[in-house]
Amino acid sequence: MELALKIAAAAVLVLMLFYLWPAYKHWQENGPKAEKGDWQAAILPLGAVVALVVLLIMAVR
Amino acid sequence: MANTDFSIPRSSQSVISTNKVLKNTYLLLAATLGFSAFTAMVSIALAVPSWMYLVSVIVAMLMGIFVLPRTANSSKGIGVIFLITGLLGFGLGSILSMYLALPNGPQTVGLAFGGTAAIFLGLSGYALTSKRDFSFMGGFIFAGMMVVILAVVANLFLQMPALSLAISSAIILLMSGFILFDTSRIARGEETNYIMATYGIYLAIFNIFISLLQILGIMGDD
Repeated sequence: MELALKIAAAAVLVLMLFYLWPAYKHWQENGPKAEKGDWQAAILPLGAVVALVVLLIMAVR
Repeated sequence: MANTDFSIPRSSQSVISTNKVLKNTYLLLAATLGFSAFTAMVSIALAVPSWMYLVSVIVAMLMGIFVLPRTANSSKGIGVIFLITGLLGFGLGSILSMYLALPNGPQTVGLAFGGTAAIFLGLSGYALTSKRDFSFMGGFIFAGMMVVILAVVANLFLQMPALSLAISSAIILLMSGFILFDTSRIARGEETNYIMATYGIYLAIFNIFISLLQILGIMGDD
């Protein structure tokens, strides 16, 4: 039962890869390129997320 | 001669339409999250076995791939998104039952819930107030998702705790990036379908919650 479910989940995840592929191609080829300061503006909130996760880990230890 | 042109300038119409999509997205997101919480509580009350999580995720993913895109432009899409999110909530309930039975389980679940809420509200607020265009992250996010999916498939059979931890960490970062990317697209009027917008943000929140739960469970020795 469990193995059958895992195989089914793996099959659906592989299907998901085919579903995501056109979106990936589209954004890779037609998506806007990052300009100066763009990545900095994205890394700032993502860094805050990492810091929050570290704080939560410290709270459960 | 009196000015009889009462039409709203195109740019203003575009802003109104964008605000409408944004408002509808957050209203539908709140409703679907509430419905998921309800089905999760039903699942906990029924003591549904843990394999139900995998079943509900498989069915929800299939519906998300084959049914939702075909119905998203009609009122049927609302019913489909409630079905998908209700199913995911029902599956989540079986996982929550397992965590709640652990010694520090309620604390872990509470922290994961609070952490997810803080991440979502913080990132959405940042994307909306900064008014920056985060669509440059599209290629990076979709490439990352594909790599993570391959790792998840491998770990379904390998069952390595270290890989689970790495996958959960990667999912939190990718989904956080996705919230920035999708929110900025909605705010800039590039996403016009609020049902698909809700589905994307809902999945990001769901994945962040599950991954945070797993990380806190492993790191808290549960």
